Amino acid sequence: MSIRDRLSGNEAIATAMRQINPDVFAMFPITPSTEIPQYFAQYVADGRVDTEFICVESEHSSMSACIGAEAAGCRAITATSSAGLSFMNEVLYVAASCRLPIVLAVACRALTGPININHDYSDSMAERDSGFIQIYAENNQEAYDNYLQAHRIGETPDVRLPVMICEDGFITSHALENIELESDEAVRAFVGEYHPENYLLKSENPLAVGPYGTSPYYMEARVAQAEAMKNAKRAILDVAADFEKTFGRKYGLFEPYRLEDAEVALVLMGSSAGTARAAVDELREQGVRAGLIKVRVFRPFPAEELAEALKDCKAVAVLDKSEGFSACGGPLFAETAAACVNLDRRPKMVDIVYGLGGRDFTVDQAKRVFARLEKIAATGETGPVYTHMGQRDLREEVQ
Amino acid sequence: MAYNLREQMSKPERFAPGHRLCAGCGAGVTCRAMMRALEPEDKAVVCNATSCLEVSSFQYPYTAWEDSYIHAAFENTSAVASGVESALRAMKKKGKLKDNFKILAIGGDGGTYDIGFQSLSGALERGHDFTYFCYDNEAYMNTGTQRSSATPRFASATTTPPGAESVGKKENPKDLTQIVVAHGVPYAAQTTFMGNFKDFHEKAHRAIYTEGPAFVNVLCPCPRGWQYPAEDLALICKMAVDTCVWPLYEVVEGKWMLSYEPKKKLPVEEFMRLQGRFKHCFKPGNEWTIQAAQEYVDRKWEELLTRCSQD
Amino acid sequence: MKTRAADIHETSPWQDLTTGCEIYEGGTSRLTLTGEWRSKVPVWDPAKCKQCLLCAPFCPDSSIPVTDGKRGQFDLDHCKGCGICYKVCPFKAIDWKEVH
Repeated sequence: MSIRDRLSGNEAIATAMRQINPDVFAMFPITPSTEIPQYFAQYVADGRVDTEFICVESEHSSMSACIGAEAAGCRAITATSSAGLSFMNEVLYVAASCRLPIVLAVACRALTGPININHDYSDSMAERDSGFIQIYAENNQEAYDNYLQAHRIGETPDVRLPVMICEDGFITSHALENIELESDEAVRAFVGEYHPENYLLKSENPLAVGPYGTSPYYMEARVAQAEAMKNAKRAILDVAADFEKTFGRKYGLFEPYRLEDAEVALVLMGSSAGTARAAVDELREQGVRAGLIKVRVFRPFPAEELAEALKDCKAVAVLDKSEGFSACGGPLFAETAAACVNLDRRPKMVDIVYGLGGRDFTVDQAKRVFARLEKIAATGETGPVYTHMGQRDLREEVQ
Repeated sequence: MAYNLREQMSKPERFAPGHRLCAGCGAGVTCRAMMRALEPEDKAVVCNATSCLEVSSFQYPYTAWEDSYIHAAFENTSAVASGVESALRAMKKKGKLKDNFKILAIGGDGGTYDIGFQSLSGALERGHDFTYFCYDNEAYMNTGTQRSSATPRFASATTTPPGAESVGKKENPKDLTQIVVAHGVPYAAQTTFMGNFKDFHEKAHRAIYTEGPAFVNVLCPCPRGWQYPAEDLALICKMAVDTCVWPLYEVVEGKWMLSYEPKKKLPVEEFMRLQGRFKHCFKPGNEWTIQAAQEYVDRKWEELLTRCSQD
Repeated sequence: MKTRAADIHETSPWQDLTTGCEIYEGGTSRLTLTGEWRSKVPVWDPAKCKQCLLCAPFCPDSSIPVTDGKRGQFDLDHCKGCGICYKVCPFKAIDWKEVH
């Protein structure tokens, strides 16, 4: 029986953490994820968890401590944002290549510079190739639900990879919303206990972690890790199926909306989906065959599934909430376009970078993107493929 | 119990041969002595910074360690150890631990004095129950003898080469042991390889079996970087100690204690003369460098004697 | 997946490597015979040896085995021939010779 409450995304994630009762939480403060360890510190102070809560001296050390704790045989977690995630960069790769299923909550925030505390995906997208599984939430409920699924996904024996649970900084992390929480008992039953086969503190045999891998081994190690990431797709769906059976809420690799007969569609992530859905509904009223896809799982990237979902569209705009400085588009576009490249009949595609550093995204903007897609669908001409939206600009915005 | 070399050497070896450290490397000697200081019934988790030691002692699939071992990166060994120690506490609380485990961390001077300094300081401040061993070979040896903040003044390193305008490294080294002591840790010591290893063993044992963070700084000569014949390891260590370049002492709960006072304090020159890294100091016109090195050692030695006599 | 270091080698397919390149046993470095590196070899003379054991802790390569308080023959599979033991022996019971 679910419990109705009103929580921010940060408190929702902290609640999930409390219910899971991990062994070690290594924290370091950074806006906007700071509240997560703050809530957790109170749970520790009130004796509501058994967790060893350590306040370390940097994000590099929080992830490093998680690496030590997880390898030692424990569930280890942390949370961060922006520069904190960037500072972890080196050790994110270590966590993933050592195949340690650490769970990291990220309240996604812009990267410096200029320094900015608001939302975009510059931070998490910069870590897309770190070997972490990345799951993105649209709202507080999804942030909570994704977190409840994270440990099981990461700990799946043929996966054994760390997991990033991403929420949108401030928009999700700080906004209060209605949410359905599950009981502590139900969560603990769903998540289960952690029983790694080998760990540093095991009595029966020692464990050595993190070798120097010479050329005769390095490539094989990376292939094994790549295979684990492929396996993660199945594990994510398996855990989602059990989650739906247990708690009734359904999750997939992405969430299509009014896509079945859509000719024009958006591909985007996170909290923008609600705004975009409102635009889709309005346009559908006007007879426009509009639809959208909200990508939930960015790593492993659901390439085949996305291609299958988009193959009948005539024009697709990918909305990237991070600037890749590639001079040809953001990461979501690059991956989506690559996913579709081998389709016999594929949609025309454009990339629109938007929402950087907390810049608003409006229904009107979404409608204008659809208008541009309709033109592309009608003419077969994409026009400029890589554009920005929402900035003040002396030039006329591309329509 | 009194130290007995025969008993200690009869213990099962916990740092196996077949590692790929250079012939004569002090790091191997350090690891063996460190692991010997564990009581046989206790297990250990060794956390190792990226270093010569790391790439040599755990090259897949070959580990030299009989105990559990983890390497993550260069600068974070103390943070990794913090995580392992937190896990140990968590598992103990839940009754999941069958054995007594000791958490050891080991890094070179680069990974300790420099890039690993922040994580070391953080872990010391938080009071984790672990022992950090620095095998101090006074430069970045794994990458080819670049200067670190542990490199002595006038030493030739590949980034402080002597030349027409240079007499080697310009600065005196960081006194890391003293900085560690300033954290208020219950135990800190300096040692090296001397005679029957009583000094090393007793300090390592005390450090490991002191509750809370402990630190042992080991002068660990590197024949390649210091440019001396590998077979002279014992002589180099003895000269470092007898010239007071590397004083042996320990600080227990803030109390400073000298472990060894040379009967005759030898001139620093005699330590420097043994090593190619100081060769340029002996060139005509550079005599002042030896004098300056002596003055620095004298000042540091006097400071240490004062501290030890006050306590 | 193979679980023992002895079963993993430079021609192993990726499926045989351990997860995350972990190793589940201690001291597998013994499989590497570093004795091949040697250009000089220590030679122990048990007749001159007083069993003081001062050589043993100085060996960087754990190649002077001590059992029940007495040293035995060098582990020449692993000794790299550095000569430290030759120098520390107070009784000249260790010689250090060129390898031919």
